[in-house]
Amino acid sequence: MIRAKDINEHTPWQDLTPGGEIYEPGTARAFNTGTWRTDTPVFHQEACKHCMLCIPFCPDSAIPVKDGRRLDFDYMHCKGCGICMEVCPFPAITMVPGGEPR
Amino acid sequence: MSNRLSGNEAVAYAMRQINPDVMGAFPITPSTEIPEYFANYVANGEVDTEYVTVESEHSSMSVCIAAQAAGARSVCATSSCGLALMYEMLYVAASSRLPVTLACVNRALSGPININNDHSDSMGARDSGWIQIYAENNQEAYDNFLMAMPIGEAPNVRLPVMTCMDGFITSHAVENIELLDTDVVRKFVGEYQPEHYLLKKENPLAVGPYDISSYYMEHKVMEAEAMKAAKARILEVAAEFEKISGRRYSLIEEYMMEDAELALVLIGSTAGTAKAAIDELREKGAKVGLVKIRVFRPFPGEEVARALAKTKAAAVMDKSEGFSANGGPLFAETRSALYDLRERPYLINIVYGLGGRDVKTEDIEKVFARLAHIAASGETGPVYTHMGQRSKEDNA
Repeated sequence: MIRAKDINEHTPWQDLTPGGEIYEPGTARAFNTGTWRTDTPVFHQEACKHCMLCIPFCPDSAIPVKDGRRLDFDYMHCKGCGICMEVCPFPAITMVPGGEPR
Repeated sequence: MSNRLSGNEAVAYAMRQINPDVMGAFPITPSTEIPEYFANYVANGEVDTEYVTVESEHSSMSVCIAAQAAGARSVCATSSCGLALMYEMLYVAASSRLPVTLACVNRALSGPININNDHSDSMGARDSGWIQIYAENNQEAYDNFLMAMPIGEAPNVRLPVMTCMDGFITSHAVENIELLDTDVVRKFVGEYQPEHYLLKKENPLAVGPYDISSYYMEHKVMEAEAMKAAKARILEVAAEFEKISGRRYSLIEEYMMEDAELALVLIGSTAGTAKAAIDELREKGAKVGLVKIRVFRPFPGEEVARALAKTKAAAVMDKSEGFSANGGPLFAETRSALYDLRERPYLINIVYGLGGRDVKTEDIEKVFARLAHIAASGETGPVYTHMGQRSKEDNA
């Protein structure tokens, strides 16, 4: 069976799956969509109260959580939409121009 | 088992014998009777099919695609604008490589509004990646539907199949027909056993993902290769079908072509009319014949070229327009197929029978008379013409 990790942009057509079928779950994790970003959120850990409001508002899943605390952004999947900054009640998230992670 | 059935009844009966898992059902003239007859079978408990009534043809095809992806064998029937409303989903079925089976009862497309037969509906879908098999009569409509699943579901094919018959002419006319025993049909068609399907819990599956430009081209090449592979599969299935039915099918049917100097190339029920005209002309000594296209997708280009190679003149008769201003779709395919021949016959295109306009044996005789003149004079005259319309000029 052809696995997603074995397919990339150099794979010949003979080694792809019919119709682009994917035979495993969660392969979006492996797909870098952070390159689309034109603005980048910056996480200020010292100002964060871990209220968890930003997490459900993130249209992707770009804010990882561990043991009830949010971690720094997953820049591989963050599109830089800025919704997290809008909903954050504290000065814990700011947006900076450009796509490069800080 | 002999019976007398209309084309629609014959196809519905084939579906009953196959006992598919799902039918996406939405009515449209002249295919309405197929889901209607089938609803009876469902209500009477003669099949186990999940009969899903939907709000449009876009949805009936969507139901079939989803069911097929889930691992269920799904069927559908439609005509004309119903098929047009499915177009988006036709491509999804084919590109997702889901072998849905669709009975297309050919009818003109609007507008002007017309409910009668021509091939403009399925010809519009000819580039959607569906296999297309056309029937001349009720028997073929039945037989083609039985062969559809073993063709489309083959692992090296995995493409949806459209079996087509002429609206009203074939769908509503009652003819004698030979039906196979249901046991024989079930054994022939077999179970649908895809390697991957959504309900296979051991093996999670995503169907129809977004395909970026780095992958789309490769997937289209795979689809094109599958369509090429379908040619051999169609012949394999036909050979198996002959064993259970005694009826022989191929990609094309050649009628009196052995020594034919003048030939017609056409699709569907007109083949019956053409054969009657050819029989009469043969009695008078004319060397005339017919190439009936049974399979239009994949197009049997080499077979058509071989069949026409020794003719002097041939007329390709298109039962749909196409508005290329350069001839109908069958003409384009046929002329392209002949290009590689060292010596080619003179070739003309006649668009006929649009929106239910009748074609009679006299019309076919006129076409042969025109071909005889072309062969004798070496003058093709106008290549792309129409036949059967009222006109201030003569037409044939």
